[in-house]
Amino acid sequence: MEHFLHTAFDQTINGLVIGNIYALIAVGLAIIFGVGNLINFAHGSVYMIGAYVGWVCVTMLHLPLPLTFVIVALVCGLLGVLIERFGLRRLQNSARIAPLLATIGISFVLDELTQIIFSHDPQSFPNPLPADRIPIGGVTIGYIDILIAVIGIGGALLFFLFLRYTKLGWALRATAQDREAALQMGVDVNQVNQTAFALASILGGIAGVLVGMYFQTVYPTMSFEAGLKGFTANLIGGLGNIPGAVAGGLVLGLIESYGVAIFGSTYRNLFTYGILLLMLVLRPNGLFSSKRQLPPEPLTGTFIPNKRRIKLPPWLVISGAALALAFPLVVKDPYILQVLTNAWLFGLIALSITLVTGTAGQISLGQAGFVAIGAYACALLMLRLHVPFELALIAAGIIAAILGTLLVLPAFRLRAHYVAIATIGIGEIVSQIILNWRGLTNGALGLISIPPPSIFGIQIVLPRDVYWYTLVLLLIAALLQWRLSRSSLGRIWRALRDDEVAAQAYGIGLNRYKALAFASSAFIAGISGAFAAAMYSYINYQTFTNSISVLALTMAILGGMGNIVGAILGALALTILPELLRGSVDYRYFLYGLVLVLLIRFRPQGILGTD
Amino acid sequence: MALLEIHHLARSFDGVLAVDDISFDVADGEFVSIIGPNGAGKTTLFNLITGIDQPTHGEITFEGKSLVSLKADQFAGRGIARTFQHGRVFGNLSVLDNVLVGAHARRGASRPRNLVLELLAALLPLPAAREEERQLQREAEAIIAQFGERLTPRLHDPASSLSYANRRRVELARALALQPRLLLLDEPTAGMNLTETAELLEIIRRIKGRGLTILLIEHKLSLVMELSDRVIVMDNGQKIAEGVPEVVRNDPRVIEAYLGHKQHQRDIAQKAGQSS
Repeated sequence: MEHFLHTAFDQTINGLVIGNIYALIAVGLAIIFGVGNLINFAHGSVYMIGAYVGWVCVTMLHLPLPLTFVIVALVCGLLGVLIERFGLRRLQNSARIAPLLATIGISFVLDELTQIIFSHDPQSFPNPLPADRIPIGGVTIGYIDILIAVIGIGGALLFFLFLRYTKLGWALRATAQDREAALQMGVDVNQVNQTAFALASILGGIAGVLVGMYFQTVYPTMSFEAGLKGFTANLIGGLGNIPGAVAGGLVLGLIESYGVAIFGSTYRNLFTYGILLLMLVLRPNGLFSSKRQLPPEPLTGTFIPNKRRIKLPPWLVISGAALALAFPLVVKDPYILQVLTNAWLFGLIALSITLVTGTAGQISLGQAGFVAIGAYACALLMLRLHVPFELALIAAGIIAAILGTLLVLPAFRLRAHYVAIATIGIGEIVSQIILNWRGLTNGALGLISIPPPSIFGIQIVLPRDVYWYTLVLLLIAALLQWRLSRSSLGRIWRALRDDEVAAQAYGIGLNRYKALAFASSAFIAGISGAFAAAMYSYINYQTFTNSISVLALTMAILGGMGNIVGAILGALALTILPELLRGSVDYRYFLYGLVLVLLIRFRPQGILGTD
Repeated sequence: MALLEIHHLARSFDGVLAVDDISFDVADGEFVSIIGPNGAGKTTLFNLITGIDQPTHGEITFEGKSLVSLKADQFAGRGIARTFQHGRVFGNLSVLDNVLVGAHARRGASRPRNLVLELLAALLPLPAAREEERQLQREAEAIIAQFGERLTPRLHDPASSLSYANRRRVELARALALQPRLLLLDEPTAGMNLTETAELLEIIRRIKGRGLTILLIEHKLSLVMELSDRVIVMDNGQKIAEGVPEVVRNDPRVIEAYLGHKQHQRDIAQKAGQSS
């Protein structure tokens, strides 16, 4: 019994400490959301960079801790200002999803830059505080726990005083309440935005150092997870609500801590993403708000600029396809053929995104989840039931369509950027289920010795044959999608995308047609994953990460949303671009992030325009 | 039995009654207008009748069946079409496609009940479905032709490229493509100049002549007086007057609602001053 109490006490302290850190991240996100009405996905990267700056100060420069915090605050504050000034300011009048996507691009750039400078490997961050623990009654507390608590509470208090009693704090609150009115009253909204980013980034950076010290390690990929957790904490308290963000952070920290104690550490993220999804679906305005969400105005939610599409003549498209089919007859270099095979597989995912996001207007940032379902379905059917590849491929597509649609189903009532966030959560949940359902998926070890692709019983292993196989699959998918897009169903999807309320008034059931869009999309994505699984012969829960979703979305935007030829061209361009720029293959996500940011800023309609 | 019956309908937003205990009937083939100052609750009433919003209280029946528990997408199937106050066309769809979406609820062969079949029908349409599509397209073009030179040359242009007035026309055409039993028009002439208003008046008169039941919200009183069989006046969510146009026009409560109490008194005082 005493042991149980001790454990419970430890878990509570642990939860509150982690919760304090989530709260720091969430408060930053809340400030930015409140002032700029923007979900800042670069926030996790700022946090990660804060951790690295702290690591450099402590381990390389041997600076004292207080000075370290000052430097971290300065660097991260400046970084926040730069992100606002050069990444986002020009996007103020774009569709609301545009700045969100830009921040994702920025986070790619920052994460990859950190990897280039400090390598992918985790760095050990020796805790500069005394290691012994302070006994209180029968239990103990570490110095780091106290430091985090002091900074968490102190930071929140300072921030509260700033908002309450300084002129800039007033301006910030005024802008958060009504941007237009604040502008009318002479508030420099740009300056306010910049301040918000600076403050949020300082809090994020400090959270990063604290986490680095607490877990005694820093690594580049800590950013994405932190961003999503901060967002979840913010959502629990109500987006943009600062005291709510603190409460949400603590609640999330405690739930995670108790959950891990009961179920094991691999379940940690499953809890977070489950809560993210539950909150979005059940209480999108937070635990402390009773109001239901109001429907937004039409034509603001989707990312479809009203620009004319460039119409390609059919002969050009057909000869392009013929050229691609004839290519291996001329070029026999297996490396080039492999790169292009990757392009075709990515082309399938880009097609799937352009259907659901471009044509039907449901922004999906979780496409990798559907790909992973397809991959595991195909691999398991072949390994466990010895189903031949061709059948397993089709079955995998169907399984991805059914499971994928069921997973997204609860999010159908959400709109615009809430759909985007929900799909990120769904993508992560798929990966977490794969990690934890060991009996089916072999858990973290992954599946090995998956048989290679085959057709009519003949195994396809030569790079040239694999190239043709994937290209033919891509062309079939493109043709089917073209038929769908030109049918009355395609018209219904576009109507749904442009104005849900008007579409409903004319008898278009939202759930039905969103389900059809997601099912078709997940089918194509699942086929891509299924083929990849057989081609790689080994997959695990990290083979299909969130960056694949973002990359495929960038390809679809590059080609022009909803544009079928565009999606394929986008996939082709972004797959060969890093190969053409020699030496940049290792840093391709830096390039992808940059492309995404520049596209959204300068050519949101993509190369060929939206369809 | 009237076509549309509304009994004690109420809708409150955070305790404020936008629609406050409204009751009225609309007979088959009747043309009823709803007027009243801005914020009187007219559009909220429309939203309740078309299922975009749910009443806090009260009952709506259409052809004797309750509408209150239906979902927003089931109203079109019952034969209720509407236009929106600020114009909600599908911006990236062509004019023709916008009107074809209006006919969605009437599709049979090209809209199977089963989800998978609907997907397959889109990929490989059967002859019956293709014939239906062609038929609906012909109808849509005929509806658009009623608007003459205003819309016909823009058949394949995206609706977002149209003028405001033209978008309102597309909305009306889309509503007509449903072949509704009841048509609700929410300020169809907003943003139109005198000539355009006169043109639309002609079109609405023609539709009325075909016996379609129409509910109209409109601020241009000349239009209301000319078209309506009956006028309902709303203010502060309540029905303050109802009757044939001539009677309503001279009702002192209506004048007061429009001009405001004090203004009205000042006018009277002024007149008294002038006459003395």
